[in-house]
Amino acid sequence: MSLKVLAVDDSRTMRDMIRMALMPAGFDVHLAEDGVHGIEVLDGLTPDAIITDINMPRMDGFGFIDAVREQEQHRATPILVLTTESAPELKMRAREAGATGWIVKPFDPAKLVKALQMVAG
Amino acid sequence: MSDQNDPMAEIRASFFIECEELMEALQDGLQELEDGSEDPETINVVFRAVHSIKGGAGAFGLEALVRFAHRYETVLDEVRNGSLHPDSDAMKLFFLAADHLSDLIRGCRDESEIDEATSDELLTRLDALLGEDSVSEEVEPETFEVQGVSLDLDLDLGEEPDDSATVYTVRFKPEQDLFATGNEPSMLLRNLCDLGEATVRCNFADLPSLQDLAPETPYVEWIVELKTEAAEPEIRDIFEFVDGLCELEIIGGAAPATLDTSGPAEAPSAEEALPPPATGTADLISDDAAPAESTSAKVVPMGAKPAPPEASKDGEGERKANTTAAKSVVRVDLERIERLVNLVGELVINQAMLSQSLDEAGLSPHSDAMNGLEEFQRLTRDIQDSVMMIRAQPVKSLFQRMSRIVRESSAAVEKEVRLVTIGEATEVDKTVIERLADPLTHMIRNAVDHGLEATEKRQELGKPRAGTVTLTAAHRSGRVIIEVADDGGGINRKRVHEIAVTKGLVPAEAQLSDGEIDNLLFLPGFSTAKQVSNLSGRGVGMDVVKTSIQSLGGRITINSEPGKGTTFSISLPLTLAVLDGMVVNVANETLVLPLNVVVETLSLGKDDVQMLRPGHYVVRWRGGFVPLYDLGVMLGYRHHRQTDPGSIVLLIVLEDGSRAALVIDGIQDQRQVVIKGLDDSFYRAPGIAAATILGDGQIALILDPADVISGMGHIRGTDLMLSERKIANE
Amino acid sequence: MSEQGQNKDLELLTFRVADQEYSLDIMSVREIRGWTRTTPMPHAPDYMRGVINLRGTVLPVMDLARRLNLPSQETNERNVIIVVKLGGTLTGLLVDAVSDIVAITEDDLQPPPDISSDPQMSVVRSLTVIDDQMIRVLDLAAVVPVSSEEAA
Repeated sequence: MSLKVLAVDDSRTMRDMIRMALMPAGFDVHLAEDGVHGIEVLDGLTPDAIITDINMPRMDGFGFIDAVREQEQHRATPILVLTTESAPELKMRAREAGATGWIVKPFDPAKLVKALQMVAG
Repeated sequence: MSDQNDPMAEIRASFFIECEELMEALQDGLQELEDGSEDPETINVVFRAVHSIKGGAGAFGLEALVRFAHRYETVLDEVRNGSLHPDSDAMKLFFLAADHLSDLIRGCRDESEIDEATSDELLTRLDALLGEDSVSEEVEPETFEVQGVSLDLDLDLGEEPDDSATVYTVRFKPEQDLFATGNEPSMLLRNLCDLGEATVRCNFADLPSLQDLAPETPYVEWIVELKTEAAEPEIRDIFEFVDGLCELEIIGGAAPATLDTSGPAEAPSAEEALPPPATGTADLISDDAAPAESTSAKVVPMGAKPAPPEASKDGEGERKANTTAAKSVVRVDLERIERLVNLVGELVINQAMLSQSLDEAGLSPHSDAMNGLEEFQRLTRDIQDSVMMIRAQPVKSLFQRMSRIVRESSAAVEKEVRLVTIGEATEVDKTVIERLADPLTHMIRNAVDHGLEATEKRQELGKPRAGTVTLTAAHRSGRVIIEVADDGGGINRKRVHEIAVTKGLVPAEAQLSDGEIDNLLFLPGFSTAKQVSNLSGRGVGMDVVKTSIQSLGGRITINSEPGKGTTFSISLPLTLAVLDGMVVNVANETLVLPLNVVVETLSLGKDDVQMLRPGHYVVRWRGGFVPLYDLGVMLGYRHHRQTDPGSIVLLIVLEDGSRAALVIDGIQDQRQVVIKGLDDSFYRAPGIAAATILGDGQIALILDPADVISGMGHIRGTDLMLSERKIANE
Repeated sequence: MSEQGQNKDLELLTFRVADQEYSLDIMSVREIRGWTRTTPMPHAPDYMRGVINLRGTVLPVMDLARRLNLPSQETNERNVIIVVKLGGTLTGLLVDAVSDIVAITEDDLQPPPDISSDPQMSVVRSLTVIDDQMIRVLDLAAVVPVSSEEAA
């Protein structure tokens, strides 16, 4: 009954952090290095939630959320944006792109877990 | 190490490795910007590098790093969004900031002292680029909070019973956009129920008749009576992500503001009131979904809400999508690679043994077995090459460090210096790269400090104002060649000679060739600087450079042309796991000597050997005399010296410049051998550096010639040189 | 196999050195190899036979007869090298031939007579008798010198 989570971040450290935060909490964690990679991973994976960074090479977080939302099966998948910016306009942009919520980096692992549980059960 | 099993320590270590990669990307990007790159992705890369460093640093609570990276990033962001166009001074500042960032990373990694003064100075200068408004803003405390995290995932945050439960009425009515963001009312309500005892009612008053129903329009609202110890902000927190995407009303009694984090509480009474988890809004209004406690279902049609907002159209994603894909990298434990290298070493030996036995079996060279063997040999070679390359990495990171050395050293001596790098992609063994940093740093400083003329002098000579230091890397015949070249005045041979004489390094009357004079620079205790500048001084001379290059199995040579400049060439093996060796026979044993110490092989002539005193012999060589040793005797393999005419002699030159002639029985081969350590042996033999395994599976010892000879009380260093000269002059 | 419960069972590898029977706790034995030519190390003590290639690593080999001050035999095809592990380090012991693997209990062991002057006995941990033959159980730590000791 573990929740499947796809985390997209170009920073290896962040990916490691997310993995280390979520795995012990029983999440099934899948990782991708940027938006393009994330879309590739989604082909064949139906996550219960997605976490994505904004600043990434090739395809950034906004583009990635766009692309995810275009796919019927992921239209309602909760997407949390992971960002160091807590600026309100970024949150709004993420939301316009279709993000469910946001986590401000550096994140507290417990908060990340809680946020995921809140949006995805 | 005790922290090996600590996941945070592991991630921290991995973070610092990533930082190195990010710093490389940052340096590259800055260089491209300075070279006038117009590609918007360039500044994005620069910005992202600093941004990612900040992000990771924040996670580990590295405050000094976060503080600097944050404000550096702020300035870069201005460049990125086009409101700041950096001039050459600004670019210089960006480079300095990158250098400092690199120092901060190292400081944080090694937990050494952080140079906050430089941080402050650079930040002030960076802030100045932002103009008036931003500066004052930056004085404010950081919006970015440093918050170290631990991976302690104890989610039951001390939930203390509290009598201060309050009853709230929460009215929540989702708007259509709420669904477009993947938010889910059932989840929100459940989270709300988790705060305490809740009664959920659903209000269908707005639900239109079926024919008027717009499938994507939410019509219902929920009213939750919540009895909780949580304060109102906590309730609002649940709706943080849907703020602005719903109507939310919280009516509460006199709520005592208990702000302690209360954990998830049981709320069984509310469960059945929840709408079932739904993937689409349509489900929410099906009959089944109608909660039992729903009240007055008065159906009032509503105007359709606007369609979900079009996805962000700024196209940033597409623009970035066409830039080059990141190189896919796998991280592997170095130990595993070592093991692979060892296994391949065995494979090579095994293959050699197999071919030997097939040879002895007298098979026809055209037989299938021999053809198969040939193919096997080729594959083995390819595998060996590929495995050796696993440890290889481009010299780029090393060269980038050198560009910093050039910036710093040229500033210190007030010279304009341009660094040109060629062949950054050349790959060299990781350990070689690490151990090259110090000698190369010294050589670069030397080139800037001594190699290049002062700016005024250059102008007088009609040379370009800015001196050029060229750093080149290339693969040449199985070795790596690294060159440091300057376009300065060349070595002042007259002065070098004078200094060497003054310091007693050479006799005053010695006639030295240009090459020999140049090589005096490598003698211990030689330094041409009139006063020890704080740059290349520090008591480190080119002799130390030479020694460190030699310890890597390398050679260093000088080529200097008066008025045109000086080039130092370093030639290195591709990897430390193999050695260019000369395989020789001594007293029925096979031994390997590092090829780089062997200068010449001679065959002893009748009158070449002379006795210096009983038991000490010298051999005549190029008009001088070199001490002669029988390797078999030295190693205890035989007791009687064999210095008969016709014996084969290897002339070797040691790191300290001393020479010796070694009598051997025969030369087998010159080839690369795989080095096997002897560290695990209970016996340490003098003069033996390591071992290797020959084609027949036998072990051959690799000699450390300096160690062998030092046990023989020979004449070392410049004494020897002097004695040679004196004899030669007689 | 033992009824005595509290007594530990012990398996010994017995072998022949200079016509005498010796043995080692089989737990310290890694493998047994046929004789191969050793590469002599310069200026090594006489019991240090040299090094051999053990699947790609360099294995030092000790002539056990010389180490025990017994007359050293000519090496021949029947000689074997017992590869032992002590404190993470592998060492080869050259012996004449391997005899047997025997199971005994600690009860079957007797302390060696206290003949401190006999250098041979200082490396013998205990004695046991099997089929009327006395077998010396070697103290491996005393046989294989520690590298730091020898390096000095």
